[in-house]
Amino acid sequence: MTGLSLFLGCLVPNRYPGIELATRLCLAKLDVDFVDIEGASCCPAPGVFRSFDEATWLALASRNIVLSEKMQRDILTICNGCFGSLADANHKLKTETELKAEINSHLSKIGKEFRGNIDVRHIMEYLFREVGVEQIKAAVEKPLNIKVAVHYGCHLLKPSRDRGLGNFEKVRFFDELVEAVGAKSIDYTDKTECCGAGGGMRSALKEESLKMAEHKLSKIEEAGVDCIVNACPFCHMQLDAGQRDIRENTGTEYNIPVLHYTQLLGLSLGFKPEMLGISMNTTNNTEFIEKLEKCQQAQD
Amino acid sequence: MSAACNKKGVLGQLKENCAEIMKCMQCGVCSGSCPSGRHTSLNIRKIVRNATRTTDVLNDEQLWMCTTCYNCQERCPRNIDIVDSVLAIRAVAVREGIMLEEHRNVGKLLVKHGHAVPIDEKNKLKRTSLGLEELPETVHKYSEGLEEVKTLLKSCGFEELLETGNE
Repeated sequence: MTGLSLFLGCLVPNRYPGIELATRLCLAKLDVDFVDIEGASCCPAPGVFRSFDEATWLALASRNIVLSEKMQRDILTICNGCFGSLADANHKLKTETELKAEINSHLSKIGKEFRGNIDVRHIMEYLFREVGVEQIKAAVEKPLNIKVAVHYGCHLLKPSRDRGLGNFEKVRFFDELVEAVGAKSIDYTDKTECCGAGGGMRSALKEESLKMAEHKLSKIEEAGVDCIVNACPFCHMQLDAGQRDIRENTGTEYNIPVLHYTQLLGLSLGFKPEMLGISMNTTNNTEFIEKLEKCQQAQD
Repeated sequence: MSAACNKKGVLGQLKENCAEIMKCMQCGVCSGSCPSGRHTSLNIRKIVRNATRTTDVLNDEQLWMCTTCYNCQERCPRNIDIVDSVLAIRAVAVREGIMLEEHRNVGKLLVKHGHAVPIDEKNKLKRTSLGLEELPETVHKYSEGLEEVKTLLKSCGFEELLETGNE
């Protein structure tokens, strides 16, 4: 198995650092070989920058990839946006020779060259394919007796021809990873639907984007769960901070805790909620944390 | 704006970027699959229809209501790369100086910090309270990395692009 380099992106280290720490703790506990990438930048965000200018998008993405190529390690992303950007850029530059030459002429100005000899991974598919559900089950110290609404997000699965994770409407692997920690994945209407944040929507057309978030939140509330679990800090922000935005705009209260999968996994591996930044959401998670602590204490 | 005086050129550009779209039979599966269209005014079928016919599509705010979720592209019976076409149309719009102010600002953040969402004081505190370093292992901590990002952005003419239509 190739070693990994951890790509942080923007939102995890700069808005939800609990997810960064949860990732580090989980990977270490599962004996996954990873190192930091020194001096990586924004992936850059696919919604805005890929929309603006393909060359800029590819130049910055390829610099991030080259930093990991130098270490001969595959890149591990913990965000669907970073995964989409870096995996798509990597694929394009590996397959389109002329484009690669154009981007390398930009990279030569900083003494770098894209070679195309590593892969870009997403932590969810990596955990499922390389670590495996059985090994995760074996590592669980505190099974979580909670009900979870899984939110896959879009760019983890789509475009499906490039992702190779199967039909996005019939996926199960994330649910299996949730069940591996003892939780129950509850089905709900429009489970595979978008949170509304991507494509530059949350940044520029927030009110419109929140209508999509509210649709998801209302369906999740109907299903009756303890928390939402996602694989992307942008979905995380939209579904977490979005609850505050919706309350301010329409007065509708949701109060549904939102966790990145690494935070859920971290809890089951025995790490305390405060070590995983679960109280650092915009939504107040106090009740949920009390429930988790009781659940953990009962198993001590 | 150059769109007005160079209409043929821009339309030509659209046709070149969105050649795929010519295969469209206007069945509407894309609109029926579009989660944004359920809640916003986005009509992706219309955007696909108009993309190679008129430059009006460039000024349509609907163009920015696509979250790039790929549902339409996954389900299109003619296998048209619809989302890739939306991105290509947006790129033409941006070169014509048409972009939303908030996106221009996100672009400026990238130019200055190398991050679209840079760190702030509140989150530095969150990091240290978790026992993480105040600054992450990114261009925030490595200034030579940030210089490389700035060199690349200059090489690609990104700052000029951000100023297009903002004179």
